[in-house]
Amino acid sequence: MSAVMTPIPEAPAIAPVSPRRPLIMIAIAVVLGGLFTWLAPADQVTTFIFNLGEQFFEIPDWAVNSRAAAGAFAVIAIIAAAVAWPLHMRRRSVLWPSFVMGAALVMSFLSWVAADERLPVTGLLQGSLLLAVPLVFGAMAGVLCERSGVININIEGQLLAGAFMGAVIGSLTVNVYLGLVAAPLAGALIGVLLAVFATRYFVDQVVVGVVLNVLVIGLTGFLYSRFLSEDPDRWNNPPRLPNITIPVLSEIPVVGPVMFEQNLIVYLMYITVILVQVGLFSTRWGLRVRAVGEHPDAADSVGIRVNSVRFRTVVLGAAVAGLGGAFFTLGSVGAFGREMTAGNGFIALAAVIFGRWTPLGSLGAALLFGFAYNLQNVLSIIGSPIPSQFLLMAPYLVTLIAVVGLVGKVRAPAADGIPFRKST
Amino acid sequence: MSEDRSESPSPILDSRTRDTLHPPAEPPPGTSAEIRRSVLGMNLLVSFLAVVLALLIGGVLIVVSSPEVLAAAYYFFDRPADTFQAIWQTLSSAYSALFQGAIVNLSALSEGDLARAFYPLSESITIASPLIVAGLAVAIPFRAGLFNIGAQGQMTFAAIGGGYVGFALALPAGLHLAASIIVAMAFGAFWAGIAGFLKARTGAHEVITTIMLNYIALYLLSWVLNQDWFQREGRNDPISPILSDTAVFPNLFGSSLRIHGGFLAALVAVVVMWWVLNRTTLGFRINTVGANASAARTAGMNVGRTWIIAMLLGGAMAGLAVTMNVNGTDKVVTAGVVGAIGFDAITVALLGRASPFGVLWAGLLFGGLRAGGLTMQAQTGTPIDIVLVLQALIVLFIAAPALVRAVFRIRGGSSEAMSLAKGWNG
Repeated sequence: MSAVMTPIPEAPAIAPVSPRRPLIMIAIAVVLGGLFTWLAPADQVTTFIFNLGEQFFEIPDWAVNSRAAAGAFAVIAIIAAAVAWPLHMRRRSVLWPSFVMGAALVMSFLSWVAADERLPVTGLLQGSLLLAVPLVFGAMAGVLCERSGVININIEGQLLAGAFMGAVIGSLTVNVYLGLVAAPLAGALIGVLLAVFATRYFVDQVVVGVVLNVLVIGLTGFLYSRFLSEDPDRWNNPPRLPNITIPVLSEIPVVGPVMFEQNLIVYLMYITVILVQVGLFSTRWGLRVRAVGEHPDAADSVGIRVNSVRFRTVVLGAAVAGLGGAFFTLGSVGAFGREMTAGNGFIALAAVIFGRWTPLGSLGAALLFGFAYNLQNVLSIIGSPIPSQFLLMAPYLVTLIAVVGLVGKVRAPAADGIPFRKST
Repeated sequence: MSEDRSESPSPILDSRTRDTLHPPAEPPPGTSAEIRRSVLGMNLLVSFLAVVLALLIGGVLIVVSSPEVLAAAYYFFDRPADTFQAIWQTLSSAYSALFQGAIVNLSALSEGDLARAFYPLSESITIASPLIVAGLAVAIPFRAGLFNIGAQGQMTFAAIGGGYVGFALALPAGLHLAASIIVAMAFGAFWAGIAGFLKARTGAHEVITTIMLNYIALYLLSWVLNQDWFQREGRNDPISPILSDTAVFPNLFGSSLRIHGGFLAALVAVVVMWWVLNRTTLGFRINTVGANASAARTAGMNVGRTWIIAMLLGGAMAGLAVTMNVNGTDKVVTAGVVGAIGFDAITVALLGRASPFGVLWAGLLFGGLRAGGLTMQAQTGTPIDIVLVLQALIVLFIAAPALVRAVFRIRGGSSEAMSLAKGWNG
């Protein structure tokens, strides 16, 4: 992972490395850490709670002075940023220092906003993972499509199609697992449209993606009005997936309740991420997908059928997104609602770019977004000194800053978005 | 569509719509003027057929989901005529309502009640006005090779500034409206400029930054609407005071029709943007950067600055677009004042092929579809969502002329697919 995440040097190899990036990191750590420490009340206590249900052993609640904790975490963040400097100057990966810095700043922030409150850390993480599930599926769909050279702006539509079909089939058959099979098929159907227009009619892929999103919103809305809202018991009352507790693993404190007391879709998500990562980077199939995404002419010259590889990869990716869409209905609330994906597909797209078109990087970005969403939920429950609108804004603001300041110029697969026409 | 070709000032613009990497292997015979004429006619034909095809597919969807048709189809083998009658009944009433709701109320026309007869047309134009200008907000950055998904956010942010000037200041009539519009345009330009600046300076892709800015603007508006200096006195829900009478667009044909001066502003915006894009050095720079940024850079153009200017122009248009609602139809700022116009604008710009006059026709078409769709929903119970399906299908078919020609078995014509946006690396 670290090899993939290494920042691409912007200048030729002989030129000295610019210290811009670590400087930005240190500035962020000092300013934000200082701000949180200054705002944290010195006479109040923040309590972090780690227990949720029954595990092997209990981690005692952790009560600390708010300002002391905020300051301590701010110092950790600054140290992490300082460690990144020499690493960056020697062209090493600064992934881990960045991660530590981010986590420490979050803890510093929490020490301030949760002053005089009890903050359920494990519950916060558990909810974060749940909110990240459709994002992760969407991001994997994006990675697959774009690695093969087809831009996927259509993730939103594929998620929505999956959510809709999962609910309808699950409802009509009164079988949640049939719904779970129907969702990826619906996503794949949208993927077929995307692939046909992109690889057969060579239509601008961004255009097709945007238009297909509108089409899916219109179709699902139309059918929702005609059938689902007319007779909800028959059309829109799917069973929900039960939670499956994995023995032993679920007994690990913090990690257990967060990762191993979830429903089937979450476990499928783990498997999907592993399959995409291994598939893309360790199999012949993955090599071909990446080849047609980076250099289709070269791939063509060694006998790979570029457009058919792209077609299959896009349909596969769309099926993955469709499966993720099922989480909105079968995996959480059950009933389908109009436009219920609410922009998650676009956030997943941001995660793909944030994660530099790598499965693990996108996974990390998707989890980060999930955490930011759920942090807002948790803080609005326990009450915080920040207006809720600014908390809601935070994930997008963080993405904006991250894309601009820390990720910088990103490099997509070289042939991403360029239709391939075999020269004759 | 066709306007794009006829108004091109330079060969560079023409090549923009072609695939520069893979030129057609065999140019068809004939002089360039002949080709141009035949391509133009063919494009018009394909556009028309694309609308027909979309209406056909939409019709199938309306019919197969209609409760009456489904009821008749239960006993299809006993009395098949019932099913066909139900199909005809459903389809003709739906599309007749769509047409009458979009253009002219035929029964009122025969009674000679002109205000009521042309009420639908007034509604179509009222709905189309912000769509047209927001379409420009997406189209202009398109010409510079930027994909502005952020018209929604730019309109939202502009609503804050324009709306505040509209209800908080006391200025003479006319001047007040102008001030409100200018502030809205400045706010829109600022919000879009952020994305343009970030693209130019750091290379951050505008698709991502504009999506993020959309959400940030949305929550900013939601926060502002809860502040004492913006919320209407005595109200707990997020709503601003009503705009002063001096700051609203005057109605064009009396108070019984909703059509207002915003439509004239939209027409002016279309003409001005056409002039800027096709008759000025700035427009030439925008088109060149959009056609090939590396070539433009080699030719000595400042690509980054052109991107920023294109985004500023687009954002200003988004700001103007939202005034159609804030100072026109709604006369108040609420969380929903933008609706989904910023997103619909993307399809408008695509259908208009990023040319100002193309955007004008596309906006009018979609405005008409929406106004007609509302009537259709009220009269026949056909959900308005069908309009979104029609919009998507029309753009899809026009984007893939080869498909339309294959369906209708037309031969010849250029098979060039629409190419507007750039990939991530572009």
